[in-house]
Amino acid sequence: MKPPSFDYVRPRSLSEALGILAARGDGARLLAGGQSLMPALNMRLLSPELVVDIGGLDDLRGIVERDGLVRIGALTRHVDLQRSAIVVRHVPLLAVAIDHVAHPAIRNRGTIGGSIAFADPAAELPACAVALQARMIVAGMAGTRIVPADEFFLGIYETALGPDEILVALEFDAVGPDQRSAFAELARRRGDYALVGLAAHARVDADRLDEVRLVYFSIGPTPVRARTAEALLTGRPLTRDTVTAAQAALAADLDPPADTQASSAARRQMARVLLARVVMELLDPVPIGAGG
Amino acid sequence: MTAPPFSPFDRPNSYIGRSVPRPNARRLLAGRGQFTDDVQFARLTHVAFLRSPHAHARIRGLDLNAAKAAPGVIVIATGADLARLCRPWVGTLTHFAGLKSPPQYPLAIDRVVWRGEPVVAAVAATRALAEDALELVVVDWEELPAVADMETALDPATSVIHPEFGDNKAFSLHLESGAVDQAFAAAHQVIEAEWHFGRHTAVSLEPRTMVAQFDPSEQRLTVFQSTQTPYQMQDVYARHLGLSDAQVRVVAKDVGGSFGMKLHVYGDEMATAALSMMLGRPVKFVADRLESFVSDIHARDHRVKARVAVTADGEITAFAVDDLTGIGPFSAYPRTSAVEGNQVIRLIGGPYRHRHYRADLKVVFQNKNIMSQYRAVGHPIACAVTEAMVDLAAASVGLDPVELRRRNMLTDDMYPYTSPTGFVFERLSHHQCLDRLVGHMDYESLRAEQERLRRHGVFRGIGIAAYIEITNPGPAFYGVGGARISAQDGCILKLEPSGQVRCLVSVTEQGQGTETAMAQVAASVLGIPLDAVRVVTGDTEVTPHGGATWASRGAGIGGETVLRAARALRDNILALAGTILQAHADTLDIRDGLIVDADGGRERMALAELARIAFFRPDTLPPDFQPEMTVARHHVPRGQPFAFTNGIQAAHVEVEIETGFIKLLKHWVVDDCGRVINPQLVDEQIRGGVVQGIGAALFEECIYGADGQMQNGTLADYLVPMAGEMPDIVVDHVSTPTVYSELGAKGVGEAGTAASAAAVLNAVNDALRPLGARVTTIPLTPDRVLAALGKLDA
Repeated sequence: MKPPSFDYVRPRSLSEALGILAARGDGARLLAGGQSLMPALNMRLLSPELVVDIGGLDDLRGIVERDGLVRIGALTRHVDLQRSAIVVRHVPLLAVAIDHVAHPAIRNRGTIGGSIAFADPAAELPACAVALQARMIVAGMAGTRIVPADEFFLGIYETALGPDEILVALEFDAVGPDQRSAFAELARRRGDYALVGLAAHARVDADRLDEVRLVYFSIGPTPVRARTAEALLTGRPLTRDTVTAAQAALAADLDPPADTQASSAARRQMARVLLARVVMELLDPVPIGAGG
Repeated sequence: MTAPPFSPFDRPNSYIGRSVPRPNARRLLAGRGQFTDDVQFARLTHVAFLRSPHAHARIRGLDLNAAKAAPGVIVIATGADLARLCRPWVGTLTHFAGLKSPPQYPLAIDRVVWRGEPVVAAVAATRALAEDALELVVVDWEELPAVADMETALDPATSVIHPEFGDNKAFSLHLESGAVDQAFAAAHQVIEAEWHFGRHTAVSLEPRTMVAQFDPSEQRLTVFQSTQTPYQMQDVYARHLGLSDAQVRVVAKDVGGSFGMKLHVYGDEMATAALSMMLGRPVKFVADRLESFVSDIHARDHRVKARVAVTADGEITAFAVDDLTGIGPFSAYPRTSAVEGNQVIRLIGGPYRHRHYRADLKVVFQNKNIMSQYRAVGHPIACAVTEAMVDLAAASVGLDPVELRRRNMLTDDMYPYTSPTGFVFERLSHHQCLDRLVGHMDYESLRAEQERLRRHGVFRGIGIAAYIEITNPGPAFYGVGGARISAQDGCILKLEPSGQVRCLVSVTEQGQGTETAMAQVAASVLGIPLDAVRVVTGDTEVTPHGGATWASRGAGIGGETVLRAARALRDNILALAGTILQAHADTLDIRDGLIVDADGGRERMALAELARIAFFRPDTLPPDFQPEMTVARHHVPRGQPFAFTNGIQAAHVEVEIETGFIKLLKHWVVDDCGRVINPQLVDEQIRGGVVQGIGAALFEECIYGADGQMQNGTLADYLVPMAGEMPDIVVDHVSTPTVYSELGAKGVGEAGTAASAAAVLNAVNDALRPLGARVTTIPLTPDRVLAALGKLDA
């Protein structure tokens, strides 16, 4: 479990980093928090010629809120999200989800940009980004482009990022007074990748939900929206029957994989349970920091 | 010389029974531990192994040219190369009649028989360069059919892994006692069930690590190794590498966990030693986590069919069991892979008084990693089968599980007792332990709460598991079968010129606190402060030859050895003191490191002063008096083959029936390991053991495909128990010292592991009982619970 040899460079500016990527392209990998890259190198699952350590690009760090927009730099660590008053107030879904991401040692190094760009289908943050319709700010030599979260995740570990591009920030709309988020996951041990997880966001009016987004993770190659279930929960008073119908509709929305942790059928059952839980929470939220 | 006025256990300054801190804890917490990987060597080389990617394949050809030319490579060695340096080994012992296993070599020669078997060794200047070189090795594989499923391993249609044996059966055993058929025929109820136990593995924090250093000038091999049995390994290296014991030194520095995994012979380790002899240089091998999963021995892997006969008033009259277990392609060396199954069928029913017993054991070969002894060998399987069947028996006659156990456990008037499988119990305390347990649990209240919560759709369960544990084994365990594994231990105790005492003892430390317990015994018997004793373990050139650490033997056998040595040194010290002070030795005593009058305690001289005279001024002593300030003693258990212990555990769980998730609410243990030397260390052993058993119950499983490939060999996929999911574990003790030693200590290292999985299994099935569901396979994954509840089809 030792990595094959590789070259290493630590650029001092974004433009320098982009220049290196443009020159080395496919043979280079970006190193941010290293929580996925380093094990992959040690297990020789990846053998890049060049590791580009972007840890020195301080402009890519930090969380700011302005005019109803929250911008989170790609190098912002999980622990920074956990401690951010801006996140709690304006992007509460992230504040809830981040507690489920791994363990303190990993949260102290892992970054939001690393998690999004690595696009592990079992990771929490990509699903949250899709649920909240985040915008990915992507820099390249030709300038900056914005990719909607819905179009960003293409497959297992596969995103819309080009080999010469760098994800520099995520942008979220600050939640409005009538919007709510909910999050639930089932993991065998606290901090593990979930067997199934669900990030949800909606506009709430008494017992009615609108603009419902239910984004499952660890249940397909990318974060998966349960569109049929969303439609059944949208725009009508929520009753036990509505929720049951939405749960049944997941059969059409989800095609979970089987692996050593859970069968496909077990994941379906868990997905139904999580749907009921997040709907309850959307209607009757638990304050952040309360409960276990 | 008469006995001291107080016994070491009740004298005022005794350390026996006190939770003194571990002397080595400060060093380890300060990061000053010296593990094998920390030892520095000149001209060190590193070895990495190409391991078979197939469960079963022929090696048609090896192309090593590119690897040999890779940067930093010192040698690339094959199985044939190392077979010239290392005699093969065979994992059989004569007391397991009929046990078969073929010769095993350090590296595969023309065929691989499990995924992970080492095939080619690369020695290079660094581990990374060795791994680089291995990527250039080209192997021409011819895949062969893999035997994965133990259920079909003996079918005629299944291919035979070792054709010379004719079938895939490694061992079988039949036990029969009493009139089993009549007992079942006369039973009011016959309960029948089948239980499955997955494979798991040790996952020690420190992986297997060794540095072998052969010095051609002296023809001496020194092996620094993370092992629990340095003396056994000294013998193994000598005999298989063509050396004498005297040419081999094995040193165990700090060891980061072993759990029975670090006492088997591994091909990669034998290869490392042989490579050091080939090169005349030190060679380091550190198993990385990925190779640990496919090369450290695996454990358990049983299918047990069980029947139990019950009378109308809840008396269990007979057990009949059939155990099938798969051990991989070889029986492990030098302890065999037959012990696990043997102990399963001999321990089943252990706490109970039935007299009719039948057991059949079949041990089969498979193309999977080798299975062998791991903490609590066989006990967890025997305990889970027994206790699960006892719960079913209780339900069948409408009795509470506690009440049924009361009616069937061995009673205090039955000892010494010989079990239907031939085990002799000197004295056990099942009923005292059960009474304490239900008291700690507030059992009746828990049952009432369970009933109340069920009405609200909350399903909680209470599981009880009584156990017996084999500890302090004598030579009947291995020695009689021809294994050069010592059942005795040795201790050298020296008074040094400082007046302090050095204790060189053959039992070893892997984190459980052995050295602390030995120091407590020495200090108590000698009458000196604990910090005046320094314990040295784990160096065959320094410490006496002995069994070291396995089968819960350290405190009981090692402790008694130290006690006897300390008594002898104490006598010598007092004889010298009497000579110096012109007093009768039996009028003197040693207290707090001072020679005092036995009567009244008046200080006569310090031990340092006595030592000064002994070592530097013997001219002041009578000419016919020779002070003997170093003593050595050995001790082997006699009078009984094992010192059995007993105890009982309970688990309280909540099953979330929608998701199949299990929440552990609380766990209780009442254990009887005889005299407790250090209550805190004993409780830590029990808690650690309970957690390991919970790992087996809920999380840990080496999952194999039908192709014999292990599918979850990483720490992301193989789940070890973590603190966050563990319940509070309440530990209490009943103490029934053995009379076969003065110390009276029995073992405790495996008691926690023996019964915690059984308690959790019973608790989960207790929770599911009103739903008509039962889980019969551990680990109890969400999938298995949901399947039992019929929730996976929708």
